[in-house]
Amino acid sequence: MSAFLEIRRLSARLRGTPHRLLRSVDICVEAGAVRGLVGESGAGKSMIGKAVLGVLPKVVEVVEGAIVLDGDDLLAMPPAERRRLVGAKTAMIPQDPLTALNPSRRIGPQITDRLTDILGWTKARAATRAAEVLEEVRIPEPARVMRLYPHELSGGMRQRVLIAAAFAAEPKLIVADEPTTALDVTVQKQILRLISEMQARHGTALLFVTHDLGVVAKICDSLSVLYAGKVVEDTSVERFFAGPAHPYSAALLQATPRHTDPAGSLMPVSRAVLDSVTAEIAEADAGWVSHG
Amino acid sequence: MLDGRGALRRRAGLRLWLSGGWLIVVLVCAAFAPLIAPQDPLAQDLMLGRLPPVWMAGAEPGYLLGTDSLGRDVLSRIIYGARVALLVAFVAGTATCLVGSALGLAAGFYRGWVDRVVGRLVDIWMAFPPVLFAILLIAVLGTGLTSIMLAIIVIDWTRFCRVVRSETLNQAQMDYVQSARVAGFTRARTLLAEILPNVLPTIVALLTLEMGIAVIVEAILSFVNLSISTDDPTWGGMIAEGRISIYQAWWVLVFPLAALFLTVLSFAQLGQGLRDRFDPVLR
Repeated sequence: MSAFLEIRRLSARLRGTPHRLLRSVDICVEAGAVRGLVGESGAGKSMIGKAVLGVLPKVVEVVEGAIVLDGDDLLAMPPAERRRLVGAKTAMIPQDPLTALNPSRRIGPQITDRLTDILGWTKARAATRAAEVLEEVRIPEPARVMRLYPHELSGGMRQRVLIAAAFAAEPKLIVADEPTTALDVTVQKQILRLISEMQARHGTALLFVTHDLGVVAKICDSLSVLYAGKVVEDTSVERFFAGPAHPYSAALLQATPRHTDPAGSLMPVSRAVLDSVTAEIAEADAGWVSHG
Repeated sequence: MLDGRGALRRRAGLRLWLSGGWLIVVLVCAAFAPLIAPQDPLAQDLMLGRLPPVWMAGAEPGYLLGTDSLGRDVLSRIIYGARVALLVAFVAGTATCLVGSALGLAAGFYRGWVDRVVGRLVDIWMAFPPVLFAILLIAVLGTGLTSIMLAIIVIDWTRFCRVVRSETLNQAQMDYVQSARVAGFTRARTLLAEILPNVLPTIVALLTLEMGIAVIVEAILSFVNLSISTDDPTWGGMIAEGRISIYQAWWVLVFPLAALFLTVLSFAQLGQGLRDRFDPVLR
């Protein structure tokens, strides 16, 4: 299998400051495979997704590295061309279904606009396709739903619509940024199964950003563990759950509650592990500074 | 929840009907003033000076709301005055809205230097006392309706700019804007097709409010005699004249004031009512 997305030595910092946000990140997503991106809040996992899609906030400045999408380095091309390429080959499943649909526009055009305006499809073809993907994500009466406004749908339904919208143009890569975090636990499971099913059926590569190792175990083929903007472990899911190599990953795995655990036995990541991973990062930073 | 929405809708409905109803009356008066007005608004007759409204002792039939000290019919002057008031409301209100909203949208969406330039301009503008600013502008531009409308635009665009900018900032942070960018839409298209529809209810509410304000500003400027010539009836001019004779003939002051008050109130209520009714998010 070849890599569809390859992020090489990607470093970013807070614009105009030495504060480092991403530390020489290497991540590769094989065509048609699912790569999990895990880490605690602020580890930079969402930022990597945003960097790929070209929607980093202005305060974040990429200082070095390459993001190679299907053979083209996104960071080396002019912005307009980059946007066209990203728009044609990728899609996003956002975190919060409540704000990810435009509240004052009907569902239908929010799916079809992109097909007609960016990809040049005819209106009829786009409408047929939208109905088709809505059907595929098991939305009843797609034709009726396409005429509704987002506030007329439940959170779970909206997330289904967003999944349908993401798959509508048959992208080769989808970045899913914590797509189940904002949902009810019962809905989470269905949505997760749906994403997994759609991904397998369409052979789409998936970069799945999450803080939930349970989710990773269900859906991913491989994963990268992030801490403070650095990939501390890059491994397959089987190997990770058999026994992670890095002490921080091991601690993270240990910290995940299981329902077989006795009550009151939540395990935080220990201070010692955090200190050691922080020291490791400081050491790498020192090396980075002397090189640059 | 459903009950609450129903009540909200009924209240919004009543509000829309009352305010819209009054504004339609004013609009009809303005459009067909020569047909509706019972008397010539400029005809003076000193013999008929300070006639009281028709239901009071000493009134003359045909002068429904009485006459002023020069014997001119108050009702007819109010009806003709609606022309100036509404012209200013629609033309100046709309133009102010367009200028302010465009700058606010650009500043809130593009940020960067656009936002800084617009922001500084607004700060400087807000430091001027608006009425003095208006008088100064009229002094430079000369009196007349066009000058008044220009003055309103020049002074009031900041009102739209500030509110529209902050609303645009809010909307720009929503995930749907990011999705549009990822999908490959240009910034301009994202602004006009994704953000503008969500800011529009705010703009409409502000626009109707601004129309009311334009009516007031025109009245103030007529009051201080900086509007059109004193002969032509304007509500502000009538109020200024009525003020002099308030103890002898209160109706000369009170009726144009009431027309002004109801019109300004109706514009504000219309905006609120439209918003409650048509904003898909509130609905």
